[in-house]
Amino acid sequence: MGQITLQGVRKSFGPVNIIRDANLDIEDGSFVVFVGPSGCGKTTLLRLIAGLEDVTGGKILIDGHNVVDVPPAKRGLSMVFQSYALYPHMSVRGNIAFGLKMAGLPRPEIERKVEAAAATLNLTPYLDRKPRDLSGGQRQRVAIGRAIVREPKAFLFDEPLSNLDAALRVQMRLEVTRLQKQLGTTAVYVTHDQVEAMTMADKIVVLNAGSIEQYGTPLELYERPANLFVAGFIGSPKMNFVSGEVAGDHGAATVGVRPEHLKVGKDGEGWPGTVSVAEHLGSDTFLYVDAGKFGMLTVRYVGELSLQAGDSVWLVPDPGRLHRFDKEGGAIRP
Amino acid sequence: MARKVTSRRVLVSTIAAWLFGFLIFLPILWMVLTSFKTELEAFSMPPKFLLFHWTTENYATVQERSNYFHHALNSIIIAGGSTLVALVIAIPAAWSMAFAPTKRTKDVLLWMLSTKMMPPVGVLVPIYLIFRDFGLLDSRGGLILILCLGNLPIVIWMLFTYFKEIPKDILEAARMDGATIERELVYVLTPMAIPGLASTMLLNLILAWNEAFWTLNLSTSEAAPLTVFIASYSSPEGLFWAKLSAASTLAIAPIIILGWFSQRQLVRGLTFGAVK
Repeated sequence: MGQITLQGVRKSFGPVNIIRDANLDIEDGSFVVFVGPSGCGKTTLLRLIAGLEDVTGGKILIDGHNVVDVPPAKRGLSMVFQSYALYPHMSVRGNIAFGLKMAGLPRPEIERKVEAAAATLNLTPYLDRKPRDLSGGQRQRVAIGRAIVREPKAFLFDEPLSNLDAALRVQMRLEVTRLQKQLGTTAVYVTHDQVEAMTMADKIVVLNAGSIEQYGTPLELYERPANLFVAGFIGSPKMNFVSGEVAGDHGAATVGVRPEHLKVGKDGEGWPGTVSVAEHLGSDTFLYVDAGKFGMLTVRYVGELSLQAGDSVWLVPDPGRLHRFDKEGGAIRP
Repeated sequence: MARKVTSRRVLVSTIAAWLFGFLIFLPILWMVLTSFKTELEAFSMPPKFLLFHWTTENYATVQERSNYFHHALNSIIIAGGSTLVALVIAIPAAWSMAFAPTKRTKDVLLWMLSTKMMPPVGVLVPIYLIFRDFGLLDSRGGLILILCLGNLPIVIWMLFTYFKEIPKDILEAARMDGATIERELVYVLTPMAIPGLASTMLLNLILAWNEAFWTLNLSTSEAAPLTVFIASYSSPEGLFWAKLSAASTLAIAPIIILGWFSQRQLVRGLTFGAVK
């Protein structure tokens, strides 16, 4: 079991509030991603759950028990750090076994579990090497091995892939997701990369300035963002925002439309503009259009669109995919 | 662009370095040479460099007149003991300052260092009286205590700078893995800090071995280390240069040999963790 519930969790360092009143329900076995810009408090929130930081107020329940006064080791969670944090003086075997050794397990059982974890992660040939003799991806796997071998209630990942190169990151992303599904263990994953969040998560928590802006499945966040911040943060390229007269016509202070929901229409139809940059990727075409009073708009077209910089275009937003926001930035729902 | 170093420049600086090194080494060389001279030749004018009557009688006399091994054993016990006690106190102290600092940690560190700036003679009388009242005069325990306290600030500072280099994440990982603070210190921090611990230990051994002020003032015979043994050769009846040199050579030999074999660790220690 690994159900984690946050009730009114607060954290401040002196007069600075890092986390304001976080309430969250993480279901057993789910993969939850904390995402947000740097400094939004996502890592702090993870460290509060881990017990590496003490809460200023509120409760953290793991399987129904309040653990705010329980030391990290007794919470039954394991953590994978951004820097891997492997013990440099121990072999891979020693690193993976350390937690079990601390728990006082008998030697043959430790041996068996370490072998099993190493086999799962394809680390068997490296068991007697030191971390310094491994590549980045292998070190990352050792860090994950150290986490899974203890059979925790939940895994906590603190930006574990950010030190890897792009290709390896995609591969490890898949491996982590597959491993979590296979083990069925709850996972809380912190990242600033919204693509990682969208691809890995069962549910995403969007954090901004210490507050939870929205909690939902990736598609809920994409289709029904709760406010301007979530709308702008989730989705790549970013959603286009138009305010002023045009927004007023839709009964909103700001309207948003995603680049993929802006169509290039016939002349005289929709919003006029001039292409300032056109990016041709073959599979997609990205247009950056200077649309006068509408501002700069990004258009994503699936496939090839033979337009060049300087061409005039008319853009038609998909009326069913228009997001409306009030003055405070909250979403207006029909 | 990398700075160009001409071969002439290399030659000049190499010679300069050797000259400078020789200058530093000269007193020790002279001492060793003198220890093999007769008392008469020891202060002959002009001084004799190598062409003198080589003799080992000084060493024989020194061992005859006073028990070198008794003092050497005292030196080993006092230097080793004070180093060990200092490390036992300094490791947890440096740990807490490096990994759980408070607002006042910097002040505490500076305050500790400031105690090293006071001339020891300033507290000689009170310390002497305390030692007398507690029966610590001329005892190994007393010398271990005073040398340990004297060097503790340096030991804590050095360990603090080494510990600062260890990523906090690794200790947190150990904490997540279920290690208590004691186990974290024993299984993770200490093994990772071994190079730093080794150089701290070496430097402290040398400082304690060479320490003369407190050992001369607080011990006479029973607990007297090699510093007292050397000093006993400058007597009111006059200096016996050759015998004094023989005694000094014997006294510094162990530490020079130790230093020779651990040069690399020592350089690291003296740069206070600045060089990785």
